[in-house]
Amino acid sequence: MEVALKTENIEKYFYDPVKFQVLHNLGFEVKKGEFLTLVGKSGCGKSTLLYILSTMDTGYSGNLYIDNELVSNYSLDRLAKIRNEKIGFVFQFHYLLQEFSCLKNVMIPALKLGNKSKEEIEHLAYEKLSVLGMAEQALKPASKLSGGQQQRVAIARALINDPLIIMGDEPTGNLDSKNTNIVFDIFQELAHNNKQTIIAVTHDNDFARNSDRTIEMQDGKIIN
Amino acid sequence: MAQINSEIAFTYINTNKKLTAVAALGILLGMAIYIFMNSMMAGFGKMSDESIFKVSPQIRIYNDQEISQPIAHDTDKLPILINPKIRNTHNKILNPNQLIALLKNQEKVKIVTPQVTQNVFLSMGMSQLSVKALGIIPDEAEKMFNISQTMVAGKIEDLKHNLNGIVIGSGISEKLSLRVGDNINILSSKSVNKTFKVIGIFQLNNKREDDSKSYINLMAAQQLLKENNSYITDLNVNTIDPYKARDIAPKLSNLLAYKAEDWETANETLMAASKMRKIIITFVSTTILIIAGFGIYNILNMTVSQKINDIAILKAMGFEGKDVVKIFVTQAMVIGFIGVVLGVLVALFMVNILKKVYIGGDIGYFPIQFEPLKFAQGIIFGLAITFLAGYIPAKKAAKVDPVTIFRK
Ligand SMILES: Nc1ncnc2c1ncn2[C@@H]1O[C@H](COP(=O)(O)OP(=O)(O)OP(=O)(O)O)[C@@H](O)[C@H]1O
Ligand SMILES: [Mg+2]
Repeated sequence: MEVALKTENIEKYFYDPVKFQVLHNLGFEVKKGEFLTLVGKSGCGKSTLLYILSTMDTGYSGNLYIDNELVSNYSLDRLAKIRNEKIGFVFQFHYLLQEFSCLKNVMIPALKLGNKSKEEIEHLAYEKLSVLGMAEQALKPASKLSGGQQQRVAIARALINDPLIIMGDEPTGNLDSKNTNIVFDIFQELAHNNKQTIIAVTHDNDFARNSDRTIEMQDGKIIN
Repeated sequence: MAQINSEIAFTYINTNKKLTAVAALGILLGMAIYIFMNSMMAGFGKMSDESIFKVSPQIRIYNDQEISQPIAHDTDKLPILINPKIRNTHNKILNPNQLIALLKNQEKVKIVTPQVTQNVFLSMGMSQLSVKALGIIPDEAEKMFNISQTMVAGKIEDLKHNLNGIVIGSGISEKLSLRVGDNINILSSKSVNKTFKVIGIFQLNNKREDDSKSYINLMAAQQLLKENNSYITDLNVNTIDPYKARDIAPKLSNLLAYKAEDWETANETLMAASKMRKIIITFVSTTILIIAGFGIYNILNMTVSQKINDIAILKAMGFEGKDVVKIFVTQAMVIGFIGVVLGVLVALFMVNILKKVYIGGDIGYFPIQFEPLKFAQGIIFGLAITFLAGYIPAKKAAKVDPVTIFRK
C-alpha cells in the first residue's frame, strides 16, 4: 500500500521556561486509507507531534514526508499550499470563523484552493454538511451553534478539499457518545471507501480500539 | 482565490460597522481639512499674485545703476582711496525698438511694452504732491495690467491720443481733490511745466500705489524729460506662464545686456511671506491627515488582535501570509476609500459655501476656488496614508503563528 505520511527521526525541544525535549526520535509511516489513532497520557506530546505532522509547526529536526514529498525544508508559503490541498485539520475546540455562516466556513478552504466554481463548491459544501447532519443549519452564523454542532461543521470543512490526510486533535473531545459514533463512522468510511488517511489524537479508548491502528506515546516516545 | 480574501475583508467590515464608521470619519475629517486648507492657500496665493500682476510686469528690463569700481586691482600692499559713485547718470535703454522686436521674437514672451518712468510734481493751487508718472502706450499697458478693471472714473482708452491727459490713483485724487475733467499743473525734473487734464481715476486697493502713481502718454512723458521718442527707461515683459518668469528673466538679461528682474524677485518680501504661509499650512494639514491615519492604524490593530483566532484558523487551512495581508489591507483601503470620498464631498461643500462669503475691502469674495490639483493631492495622499496605516498591522497579522494560538 502507498504511504501517505512518513516521519524520520523527528525531535523537538522547548526552550521556555527550561530546555526540555518533548519529542524523541519519532519515526513511523501512515498508509493511504489507514485510520490511525494517537493515544497517551496528557502532556506526552501528542498535540505537539500533530502540529508538526500538519506542517503548521516547523520548529523541529528530522524529516517529514507527505505524499512521498520531503516537506521539512519548505517555505511557509509552500507549506500553506500543501495544507490547503492535502491536509484537513479538525481541532479539539471548534475553531470556526464566528462571523461567517456554517456554509461559508465549509466553503472557505475550497474557495482558497480555487479549483472549482463557486456554485460547485457551494453544492459540495452542502453535501459535506448533510453527511454530518448539519445541512439545515447551513445558513446560520457559526456563533449561533452549539459546541457539538460547530465540531461537525469543522469536520465538514476539513473534508471539503477531499484531502489526502485528515488530522484531528481530539476531534470528538466535545461530543456526546451518539455524535462520537457518527464521527467515528464517517472517519472509517473516509478511510476505507475514499482511501483518505485519518490521524486522530484521542483519549477515548473505544474510539482508539476500533481504529485500524493505534500509536501509543509516553514522554515523547512511541511505546507501542 | 483573491476573491475569498476580499470576501473575508468585507465580512469583517460588515460585522464591525461601528469601528468602520469611526475610522472612516477620521479620514473624512482629515481629508476635508487637508483639501480645504490647501485650496484656501492656493486661493490666497492666486489673489496675492494677481494683485502683484496689476502693478508690476512679470519681467522688468531696465538700465541698472552701477557703482564705479577702482581701475587698479593688483595693488598688493598699497592702500587705495576710492570714491564710489553711480557710474551711469542716465537710465536710458539704447535702441529700444530693436530690443522690443528682439523680445517679441522670443518664445514664451507674450507682451512687450516700453515705459518711461519719472517722478514729477503735481501742483494744485498751494498744494504740491510728488508722484510717479508712468509714460505708457495705453493699449499695451492695458493688456498687461488690466488697468480698465481698476478704473473708478473715466476711461483708460481716452489716454490714447491725448498728450495732455493723465490718469491718477484714487489717493492722489483725494489729496488734491481732483475729479475727472479737472486741470492740473505738472513740473518735471527737467523743469518742464505743463498743464494736464485728469481723464481717469484708478483704484488698486493698494494704498501705496493709489497714493503715488499716475499714467500719462508715453510721448508726453518723453516731452516732460525733453527727450526724443526713442527715450525709454523700462521694457515691461509678460510671459505666457508667469511662474516661469523667474527662469526666463536671466536669459533675457543675457540677451539684451540690461538688467531683467522677474516679479518674484521684485516682490521678495511678499513672496517670502507667502512661502512661509505655504510651509505652515502644508505642515499643519499634513499633520492632520497623518493623525487620521493613526486612527485607522489603531482600529486595524485592534481588529487584528480581535481576529487573531481567525487568522490562525485561516493559516491552518492554507492561507499564506500575503493572503492575510490582503485581507486586512483591503479592509483598510475600503475604510480609506469611504473616508476619502466623503471627505472630498465635504471639502467641495465647504469650498462652495466659503466662495460665496463676501469679505469686502481689498479681498472682496473669500478667495477660494475649486482646486483640482489640491483635491487630487489630497486623494492620493489620503489613500497612501490609509494604505500604510493598514499595511503595518496587516504585516503583523501575517506573522501570527497558528500553533501558538491553538496551544492556548
Ligand atoms: N509552548 C510550549 N512551551 C513549552 N512547553 C510546552 C509548550 N507546549 C507544550 N509544552 C509541553 O510539551 C509537553 C507536550 O505537550 P502537548 O500539548 O503536546 O501534550 P498532549 O499530549 O497533547 O497533552 P493533552 O492530552 O493534555 O492534550 C507538555 O509537557 C507541555 O507542558
Ligand atoms: Mg493535546
